[in-house]
Amino acid sequence: MILKNFALAAVIAALTGTTALAGGHSDAAKVGMITTLSGGGAGLGIDVRDGFQLALKMAGAENVELVIEDDQRKPEIAVQLADKMIQSEQVDVMTGIIWSNLAMAVVPAATAQGKFYLSPNAGPSALAGKGCHPNYFNVAWQNDNLHEAAGAYANEAGFANSFILAPNYPAGQDALTGYKRFYEGELAGEIYTKLGQTDYAAEIAQIRASGADSVFFFLPGGMGISFLKQYAASGVDLPVVGPAFSFDQGILQAVGDAALGVKNTSQWNKDIDNEANAAFVAAFQEEYGRLPSLYASQGFDTANLLLSALEKAPVSDADAFRAALKEADFASTRGNFSFGPNNHPIQDIYVREVIQEGDVFTNKIIATALTNHSDAYAAECQM
Amino acid sequence: MSLLLVIEQVLNGLQFGVMLFLMAAGLTLIFGVMGLINLAHGSLYMIGAFAAAAVAGATGSFLLGLISALAAAAAMGAIVELTVIRRLYKRDHLDQVLATFALILIFSEGTRWVFGSFPLYLDVPNWLSGPVTLPGGIEYPAYRLAIIVVGFAVAAGLFWMIGRTRIGIQIRAGETDREMIAALGIDIDRLYTLVFALGAALAGLAGALVGAIQSVQVGMGEPVLILAFVVIVIGGIGSIKGAFIGAILLGLTDTLGRSFLPVLFGTVMDPSAATAVGSALASMLIYILMAAVLIYRPTGLFGRV
Repeated sequence: MILKNFALAAVIAALTGTTALAGGHSDAAKVGMITTLSGGGAGLGIDVRDGFQLALKMAGAENVELVIEDDQRKPEIAVQLADKMIQSEQVDVMTGIIWSNLAMAVVPAATAQGKFYLSPNAGPSALAGKGCHPNYFNVAWQNDNLHEAAGAYANEAGFANSFILAPNYPAGQDALTGYKRFYEGELAGEIYTKLGQTDYAAEIAQIRASGADSVFFFLPGGMGISFLKQYAASGVDLPVVGPAFSFDQGILQAVGDAALGVKNTSQWNKDIDNEANAAFVAAFQEEYGRLPSLYASQGFDTANLLLSALEKAPVSDADAFRAALKEADFASTRGNFSFGPNNHPIQDIYVREVIQEGDVFTNKIIATALTNHSDAYAAECQM
Repeated sequence: MSLLLVIEQVLNGLQFGVMLFLMAAGLTLIFGVMGLINLAHGSLYMIGAFAAAAVAGATGSFLLGLISALAAAAAMGAIVELTVIRRLYKRDHLDQVLATFALILIFSEGTRWVFGSFPLYLDVPNWLSGPVTLPGGIEYPAYRLAIIVVGFAVAAGLFWMIGRTRIGIQIRAGETDREMIAALGIDIDRLYTLVFALGAALAGLAGALVGAIQSVQVGMGEPVLILAFVVIVIGGIGSIKGAFIGAILLGLTDTLGRSFLPVLFGTVMDPSAATAVGSALASMLIYILMAAVLIYRPTGLFGRV
């Protein structure tokens, strides 16, 4: 009996030895992607996934094994999937989460277990400041960034009496805080709406009665579509400014004419003039038959960051791999891109305008709102 | 806070109310006549919106879109009744909830499979776009005014049908005593299919009307479904009149609460705290209303004891 067990152990040892040898190339990595592929927010996750896979395909990267799972936009499911990926799939790097509340549920636990996490979207302030971690890299933005840029643009556009609104949840509060951090004028009104609200008649009536000279709103996904259509029909014609989330490629066609001419802030657009971006936009259209959104560009950049780090150091050498990530030595679709002390991006944020090209609604960059912009929480980060 | 703003908000509340009525009417009829809790009612609302967006997008005609929304939702309602729901009448409510919840998942993923994950485009027709000026100088979106008119017309039509027609008598009889009307030689299976299809058509109409001013996307029906349940609980389960009064009451409470509670709190506390407290309380208001109604009338305003 003892002998039998011993023999079994020897066989297992031999087997694991071979696997270790087979996987022994220094640039191999197993990546776990948890993202939203079904339910109301699926468009965002699908874009991130498609951008990520496109980058792998374009690089011909066979060294990266990608495991993709759908979190259905539910924190408890994201946590289960993360456990599965860490325990049984034994991934080296995790990525993919779209929503801040899901990121808060998954990221701290994953980094505490020594995994690397590259965020292609969510950038909650809690993970940028005191809760920062050496293994957590955000390749998109800190949540406040695009709203801060909107505030900066509002000053430049001469807005002096803004009416601002956002849904009543953490990212919504971050949004209004971010806008107010840079905006210097008066506030004609400040409203928190219900998360998932689809009728904004009451809010639009208040905007009309408030005497505001401009409107700032952060209403991602379907909420933004509803607001813009209803705003256009209401006859209120104050200028509107908002972050790119309500004007991204996946949503614009559903909003239609109502969005034309609206200014929005983004760290990326398809007309940013650099080689990597031109190649990305062309390849994405060819591969998927639609224009890429900013989420797709974030997925694409995340994969390229990963590949650039794998070229320099194996994942197994965590310190070297971390240093390689931190260099951000990849051709970003955004042009200049580097990491600040809290592993969050330092990048330019642009003002875009919604235009119509043929019968497709899209954006073009009209100005730069903030140059080499970092975030307000970097100073609180100790690592 | 001017009088004009108050009137505009009352109109908004009415518009919200009649939309809820279109949803709640079908729900309450189906519950009243067949004793069935149909969680998939929100999916029929979504099917109406998608059918309208697809047909309006292909033909360019909003009216054709509306008609196909009614037809698609009614047809889907009838199919679901014949294949799935029919087997559930004799089961208890938990089985019904489970089965119709499964239908929600099937409809959501099926719709995504057919139409993709990105929201569809459906806009108000040109002849209803933009605002109209009402007496007193109120600018109000023409389309919302049209929704109010359609909602009241449908309500009047339903009251007439339930109260004055043969089919209405059968429906009322079915609510009271289903064995008896079967014994009187009325084809109860056909009646059930008809009622289910009618409720589905109303939900589809609501979805198409609202789709034009909101976003047509997978999962759009579930938030409305919850509100529709609140409406029928307030109005009294099974009562069309209750659904109507409940829907208008809920629409007004929610809209007026959302717009005026923060202002009201603003008179006693500083603006940002008032916004936070006011909007938090405003989103609870309809449930507080429901609780209050249930305390005084446990069966709802027009429910049978």
